[in-house]
Amino acid sequence: MTSVGQSVLRKEDARLLTGQGRYVDNLGAAGMVWAYIVRSPYAHARIVGVDVSKAREADGVVAAFTGGEIEDAWPGGLPCFWPVSDDIKLVKHLPLATDRVRFVGDGVAVVVAESRAAAKDAAELVEVEYEPLPAVTDVAEAPADGAPQIHDDAPGNVAYTWSLVTGDVDKVFGDAEVTVKERYRQQRLIPAAMEPRGTLCEVSAAGDITVTTSTQGPHILRTAFTLVLGIPEAKVRVIAPDVGGAFGSKLDVYAEDVIAITLARKLGRPVKWIEERSEACVATIHGRDMIQEIELAATADGKITGVRTLLTASMGAYLQAVTPGVPLLGAWLYAGCYDVDAYDFHCTGVFTNTTPTDAYRGAGRPEATYAIERAIEALARKVGRSPVEIRRLNFIDSFPADIASGLQIDSGDYHASLDKALEVLDYDAVLAEQQKRRDAKDTKQLGIGFSTYVEMCGLAPSRILGALRYGAGGWESLSVRVLPTGTVQVMSGTTPHGQGHATTFSQIVADRLGVDVGDVEFLSGDTAVVPTGMDTYGSRSLPVGGVALYYASEKVVEKARKIAAHLLEASEDDLDFEAGRFSVKGSPDRGMTIQETAFAAWAAHNLPEGLEPGLEATFVYDPPNFSWPAGCHIAVVEVDTETGDARLHRYVAIDDVGNVINPMIVDGQVHGGIVQGIAQALWEEAVYDESGNLVTGSLLNYLVPSAAELPSFELDRTVSPSPTNPLGVKGVGETGAIASTPAVVNAVVDALSPYGVTDIDMPTTPERVWRAIEAGRG
Amino acid sequence: MLTLTDGGGVVHIAVTVNRERREAEVEPRQLLVYFLREQLGLTGTNVGCDTSSCGACTVLLDGESVKSCTVLAVQADGHDVTTIEGLADGDSLHPVQQAFHEQHALQCGYCTPGMVMAVVSFLRENPSPTEEEVRLGLEGNLCRCTGYHNIVKAVLAAAEAQR
Repeated sequence: MTSVGQSVLRKEDARLLTGQGRYVDNLGAAGMVWAYIVRSPYAHARIVGVDVSKAREADGVVAAFTGGEIEDAWPGGLPCFWPVSDDIKLVKHLPLATDRVRFVGDGVAVVVAESRAAAKDAAELVEVEYEPLPAVTDVAEAPADGAPQIHDDAPGNVAYTWSLVTGDVDKVFGDAEVTVKERYRQQRLIPAAMEPRGTLCEVSAAGDITVTTSTQGPHILRTAFTLVLGIPEAKVRVIAPDVGGAFGSKLDVYAEDVIAITLARKLGRPVKWIEERSEACVATIHGRDMIQEIELAATADGKITGVRTLLTASMGAYLQAVTPGVPLLGAWLYAGCYDVDAYDFHCTGVFTNTTPTDAYRGAGRPEATYAIERAIEALARKVGRSPVEIRRLNFIDSFPADIASGLQIDSGDYHASLDKALEVLDYDAVLAEQQKRRDAKDTKQLGIGFSTYVEMCGLAPSRILGALRYGAGGWESLSVRVLPTGTVQVMSGTTPHGQGHATTFSQIVADRLGVDVGDVEFLSGDTAVVPTGMDTYGSRSLPVGGVALYYASEKVVEKARKIAAHLLEASEDDLDFEAGRFSVKGSPDRGMTIQETAFAAWAAHNLPEGLEPGLEATFVYDPPNFSWPAGCHIAVVEVDTETGDARLHRYVAIDDVGNVINPMIVDGQVHGGIVQGIAQALWEEAVYDESGNLVTGSLLNYLVPSAAELPSFELDRTVSPSPTNPLGVKGVGETGAIASTPAVVNAVVDALSPYGVTDIDMPTTPERVWRAIEAGRG
Repeated sequence: MLTLTDGGGVVHIAVTVNRERREAEVEPRQLLVYFLREQLGLTGTNVGCDTSSCGACTVLLDGESVKSCTVLAVQADGHDVTTIEGLADGDSLHPVQQAFHEQHALQCGYCTPGMVMAVVSFLRENPSPTEEEVRLGLEGNLCRCTGYHNIVKAVLAAAEAQR
């Protein structure tokens, strides 16, 4: 029986459950030294002088460098791979600042010592003289007249402008019977993977460099290190060992990797750097942080005709790998799953004196989904329709669907997921309970919030990325090798950091080859073992990598078929292939297993004329389209009207992610995503004070939720297989985070609607909710 | 009991770790977690924060869960420590580990050792918890991957299996 579609338990678990995980900080090397980065306490300052002489003399210290002393190593600074527009300001971003610091956490010097503690102790002896400059951390204030200028070559702090316009927007808005205009704030978030970053760099006597680093992107990093440091790419090996969560935040080319390589080359000793949590809060990228203005044009009964969006998006102090592109990943989705005629999107990227932003779970799509899912409820209120009616009226309902923003949705059935969600929730019963509590003036009020989302993931067709000026392709490379004794190796260009690739990918190849899941060995995350890959982001592993694996497996089967036909003295067309065995049609006894063909391919004593020995194949798959998961999430929140505390009472998630390989793993992805989105709605916010200090600089005050704040979730699925790939799969890694935030905030607004509340900023903290209630009470 | 050595700034301690007596010289400021990780090579216990907020470093001290980033190595002198490496019985997983596997209660695995140790301790105190009690009992352990849904299921399943 095929394992595809079954909840096969994870192969990864045994090691991780017994303390045998290989996270970077668990690894070491003979003669290893520790690096510690000295960081700016100022959001914006001129560096007058940096003196590392006292640190150099401290016990256990091996070396100490100012940024200026080692900047020759990285002449161009750190790269941005996504120069989205002609007007983009590709400002210089040095791994260690030399003349000016631009955010709290910007590195200025590095100390290397024999131990973690000695390095940290000595770092305190580094004397840096700063001349503080005025700082701006607020995305709305940065482009205003008179704001402090962060980069001399980016006037007005504008990093770029970018537009996408289709249809006759002015006419549609001019003709509109109804319009609504909303302004939303996407607060800044800290990704907070449980494992902070870390890197270990070793250099051999021959100059071969091995970087073991907590990353989502070993292949991208290998290329990046060559570009930044000028090292021949063939000399660089990058290993992503076990990675303790990432959510986009470990996709970047970070200063610390580049610094560690430079130090290891200079000192001739392995160099390790491990991020502390308080460092992670400032030195690892942040997410979101934008102001959204969205305007809907509609008919009097609520049929949307046009969408106009204006974004102001914070880049932070510098452009990291894909910082400018993140808001644009949502650019096509501001009409959501609704059919509109005209579409207009403008984004201005601005610099602020903050940690750079970059991809964080969903990257642009959660923001877009939030805006349209909140705005459509504003429209519903205006035209007097229910949240369900307004959605049904506007759903795209024919697929494939050419959408107003210019792309094509592969498949879907938005009515089906809404229907199922209402059924699972028992909507009428919840509405009745809500009314009962309202009538009784209960202090625990219920709110019901919807989010019918669609998103584009499975990044991405390379030609589209090219048109968008992204620096790389969107393909993925997978190889399958059947060893002579019959076990199977998968070499994957996409690497996991918790997603369970080893299990899911084993299921795919086991299904195609007719072997046991347990006979498949999954290899990834080491450029010496898997030289080619595009890594893991944008919910691409299954819809791009998994599909590449399908095709690589098919190539293996086709080659095995040639060998079997030759040895069985039958024509290829006369062979059946079932459960891992070729047999001659009509003579089932005449056959051989795929393992036997592997041995024959290895021995090569008797192969068809011209056939290469060995049984292995590689497939590089470039997807023809994005993948478009969709669904309906309904949040029911309970608001304590005396304290303002808002909690999830129930949460129903109906997702359509196409065909499912491993339902258990897919559900796990959805659970985790939902919580990250709920956390944005209710608790999490990176807060800067007026001088630009990050107030939420640890897990004490950046409120990552615990189990105690959350309910269990009610999940189900509808299935619209993607027609663009033979597995019929879509991505799932980000759907939860994309769908849940607007569902929860819509629910909070609904709970507060008896008080006349129509909007509330995120996170909807008890204080904000309480104030909204008090304002409503007048 | 503890005696500080003259000038050298190291202290001799003896700790029973995973049923084995271990002796070492440690700096008085050495945290238990780094003693375990760097002096004993027991890297299963992870560090996730600087503030005792995340619980990734949870171990058992005399059978009760503690955050080993908040305990000095010298405080463990003369005591009994169990880490994730000491939980399974040979090749057979502890019922909590087994339940985490069967319920898919881990993804990246980084919080898992601490989470499992916290659950072991919690179930000793409360062998038949409700879902609500499980959620409150695990308040000190953060996970960023699972959304806790399957962790809660695993704890309830482990409680059932242990009864």
